[in-house]
Amino acid sequence: MSTDKKKESGKKLQIALYWAASCGGCEIGMLDIDEKILDLTAAADIVFWPVAVDTKYKDIEAMQDSSIDVCFFNGGIRNSEQEHLAKLLRKKSKVLISFGACAMSGGVPGLANMANREEVFKTVYHENPSTENPKKLVPKPMTKVKEGDLTLPEFYDTVKPLHLVVDVDYFIPGCPPPPWLILDAFNAIVEGKLPSKGSVLAPLKAVCDECRFKLSDKKIQTVKRIYELEKIEDKCFLEQGVICMGPATRAGCHGRCMEGNMPCTGCQGILPNALDQGASMISALASILGVETEQSMSDKEVDALIEKIPDVVGTFYKYTLADSLLKRRVMK
Amino acid sequence: MSEEFEPNILGFLCNWCSYAGADLAGTSRMKYPSNLKSIRVMCSGRVDPAFVLEALRKGVDGVLIAGCHPGDCHYQSGNYKTNRRIKLLKKLLEELGIDPRRVRFEYVSASEGQKFATIVTEFVAEIRKLGPNPLVVNEK
Repeated sequence: MSTDKKKESGKKLQIALYWAASCGGCEIGMLDIDEKILDLTAAADIVFWPVAVDTKYKDIEAMQDSSIDVCFFNGGIRNSEQEHLAKLLRKKSKVLISFGACAMSGGVPGLANMANREEVFKTVYHENPSTENPKKLVPKPMTKVKEGDLTLPEFYDTVKPLHLVVDVDYFIPGCPPPPWLILDAFNAIVEGKLPSKGSVLAPLKAVCDECRFKLSDKKIQTVKRIYELEKIEDKCFLEQGVICMGPATRAGCHGRCMEGNMPCTGCQGILPNALDQGASMISALASILGVETEQSMSDKEVDALIEKIPDVVGTFYKYTLADSLLKRRVMK
Repeated sequence: MSEEFEPNILGFLCNWCSYAGADLAGTSRMKYPSNLKSIRVMCSGRVDPAFVLEALRKGVDGVLIAGCHPGDCHYQSGNYKTNRRIKLLKKLLEELGIDPRRVRFEYVSASEGQKFATIVTEFVAEIRKLGPNPLVVNEK
């Protein structure tokens, strides 16, 4: 890693990391760069990283605008605290990077857009078998007690990706982003070689391009769950009948899931030039499903074949519902 | 004062069969409601499910996709693919709380002007019953 430029100027890069609606895996992903973390800390000062460094929100508020060189922001926006921090870090950062699937497109927490606040609270605070809540309490933004007012961040109905809340400069995909993408991005920052604003710092091709399995005849006769396979053969998952999101997902992960004999679930997000990751996959899958017998199939048989595809949103929009064309379920 | 709801319907018609069928309906002076705005595509297989989602997102009340009868596709198999795509897309719409009847795939040949007029009349009546597009888009 070249740090010459920064050494000359005598001042280290100031970087910040923050988590919003995410699981914390992106923080671990950051540590997956292993010993290179030493190069990172040699080239940069971490001014804010709640999970690892003891800094407070007021320290950030006290900073001058644009005094952070780069902020890696992971997680989507689902409450008022996250929205506040997103806006604050945008103001204080020269470059804001939407880091990981949740910040880029809502990620798994974005699937909460199949419900709203009321339904989420009902499940979490009332209906979970392991929850005991006889008074049926749910979190409220403000509670009056005799000592004064207690406040909590307001929980929103809809999870939003970061770029729908603030202006974002770059995107690093993945759940979590693979270490080589993080290092490439970091090197580009240190060397001042970042591409044009709005770029996704990952290859332009689909996951299939990096997959270890070979594609032979692009046909599926039926849809299977992975446990229904007697043995995983050394060929494309789709050809074995297992839904694999590879054709509709951006490369850059080196096909890690297929290395581990699991199909792609789409965490690297939408392909460049596609309008909607789920729609791309619906299109791709429907064109190869039952293609061999399509001319002799009755409409009922086609219906039965389509019925075998379980959980359309959970399968095709596992990471991108919050950033898809429709963004959420329509609530009655 | 409430005005009567006029459905706004988008049609993707295949160049070789359904658009010619619609043309026949017109030249034969058949009557059908004027709620349909047609877009001619070379094949119903050209209709990406994302087009339908985008149309719904922008507030269209119903989407009609019409292609050649099975076995008649100018490109051999475009209509079979569309049939499966639209079925899967309808399953998605249902999960997302949008009535799948808002999207319809029909086979209309170049000689079926009357069938085209009937389909449009029925579809407009159906969408009128379903009411306006319920989508509230949560954009910035």
